[in-house]
Amino acid sequence: MSAVTLSNISKQFGSFTAVEPMSLDIPEGQFVTLLGPSGCGKTTTLRMIAGLLDPTGGEITIKGRRVNDLPIHKRNLGIVFQNYALFPHKTIADNVGFGLRYRNVSKEDAARRVREALELVQLPHVADRYPSALSGGQQQRIALARAIVIEPDVLLLDEPLSALDANLREDMRVELKKIQHRIGVTSIFVTHDQAEALAMSDQIVVMSDGRVEQVGPPEEVYNAPASEFVANFLGASNILPGQCTGRQNGTVVMDTPLFGTVPVPAEKAPNVPGAGAAKLVLRAEKLQLVPKGQADPDQISAEAVVETVDYQGQAVRYFVCSGDTQLQAINMIDTRPFAEGDSVSIQFRPRDCAALPGA
Amino acid sequence: MSIEAREARQPWILLSPTLTVITLLLIVPVLFIVVYSFWLRTSVGDVQPGFYLDNWADTLTDRFYRDILLTTLRIAAITTVVCALMGYPAAYFIARAKSNKALLLLLLMLPFWISYIIRTMSWIYILGTNGALNTALQWLGITAEPIQMLYNETTVILGLVHFLLPFMVLNVYVSLDGVDETLEDAAGSLGATKWQSFLQVTLPLSLPGLAAGSLLCFVLGAGTYITPAVLGGPRDAMFANLVYEAIIIQLNWPLGAALSLLLLAVLGALVMIYNHFLGLGQLMKGLG
Repeated sequence: MSAVTLSNISKQFGSFTAVEPMSLDIPEGQFVTLLGPSGCGKTTTLRMIAGLLDPTGGEITIKGRRVNDLPIHKRNLGIVFQNYALFPHKTIADNVGFGLRYRNVSKEDAARRVREALELVQLPHVADRYPSALSGGQQQRIALARAIVIEPDVLLLDEPLSALDANLREDMRVELKKIQHRIGVTSIFVTHDQAEALAMSDQIVVMSDGRVEQVGPPEEVYNAPASEFVANFLGASNILPGQCTGRQNGTVVMDTPLFGTVPVPAEKAPNVPGAGAAKLVLRAEKLQLVPKGQADPDQISAEAVVETVDYQGQAVRYFVCSGDTQLQAINMIDTRPFAEGDSVSIQFRPRDCAALPGA
Repeated sequence: MSIEAREARQPWILLSPTLTVITLLLIVPVLFIVVYSFWLRTSVGDVQPGFYLDNWADTLTDRFYRDILLTTLRIAAITTVVCALMGYPAAYFIARAKSNKALLLLLLMLPFWISYIIRTMSWIYILGTNGALNTALQWLGITAEPIQMLYNETTVILGLVHFLLPFMVLNVYVSLDGVDETLEDAAGSLGATKWQSFLQVTLPLSLPGLAAGSLLCFVLGAGTYITPAVLGGPRDAMFANLVYEAIIIQLNWPLGAALSLLLLAVLGALVMIYNHFLGLGQLMKGLG
């Protein structure tokens, strides 16, 4: 059974459409991420599921029960807020145990469950402290413990990691996923960080301007983006204009001015029509720079000049110019990077490309 | 001079104008009052300097003064409770208003632009025998004769609430405005109803503002003499009216000095108790 089903839910604020009618089916136990830039409607969608906003249209069901008219306190959801939202006047134990007061749980049972939840988030020793005595990362763990101790039907996470600093964020990402996996709670996670989305999700819902752009597992969304927006939002891509000239041997044959004929795997070009204008999507990580004239003959290549070098340690981001087309390439390096002004060859494998319909 | 020494001096340099004014206009006059309270008014009406305890003996033993002091504290307490009950919902409404917050706060401050005495007098035109309310009641035929509504303890409390309510609302507002709204969302998601969320989260977090507002209302209410003078009857005198009477009417400055110091001591003690439990920092926040 689906844990959460959204049927054509939408949200209007006055004349502004925050979320256009969207439908989504979230199976039990899955970790689903709503990913998109700020203002794309992801938080609005989460708040509608939470019961903090009324949808303008459509229906929300949680475990088969329609919840549109159910107030937040009857939905049995665990919510982790971006700013933690811990009760500053209550101890950690009282914070975590707060939801159990409103459920028929005996005192001893509640104490035990609070203890177990604190152990789960690896903070068993802070029960008697107040939130202000904890670091940001610790507060976020307590917020998570408070949300899961009530055994919610669905766990909603509203950018829970964005207030943490970079290193801590990556640790928490791993830990959050581990805890979610262990207790198996269906989770809906909102973020604007593509790395978080790719690392944690079973399914990613990419949103933009209140519309769902693509729904799929991380590899699919990353490797076979359904739109230019998705291709650029998840990592950097080069989008090259071209023509689709037909299909053969499980490939869609693309003709581009810069690289000539490129056979793109058909599963990475699901929406491209049999013939007509189409765009080639070439990920910056898949475009490789080699010294001029040393291109691999098995790969597709072109000549280019390095314009900008953005050194990042283990990797370098190059902007190169081939003819009058500017391309972006992100290469791992173990020696000296190319310098600005160097003439190079650029190469890629056609199977790493995707294609999109349209001019 | 070293940087540290200069930095240590800086606060005192910045405070010096204020300290000068407070010393000259507040501390020195209060010391005069202290000295006065030990002088004596002779039977012929002039004041005899010296060290006499007569005024203090009168002030502390006369049941009349004690009763009026208790009445004063009771009226101030009732006023404070009424202000809290009326002010809290208003403050909550303003703090949670999605728009027009600035306008609502401006409306709250609006009465301060009119003299406190004028505002107090305005009740005479509303509740007096020829006032708006009596005229309306007679015109509607509900009453035949004007009802005497003014000049009792209820109208004194009414006037005080009218005067003090904005102080309560502002203090509670400042406190409520600092309470993160997502806390209520969080409580709701954990199963608490709106009312339970309020009782468990919002109310406790706004108590410092409520306490600060209450202290202000109580102290200002207990120290007032205009409201009972304008809206009270002969038997509704409050303690500050006694001071006024002693000094202005009877010209008995030594007795007036002792009475006013007693009121100062009682209210000062209340502020100290408040400070001990909640800290004056919260009060400052509310006033700022």
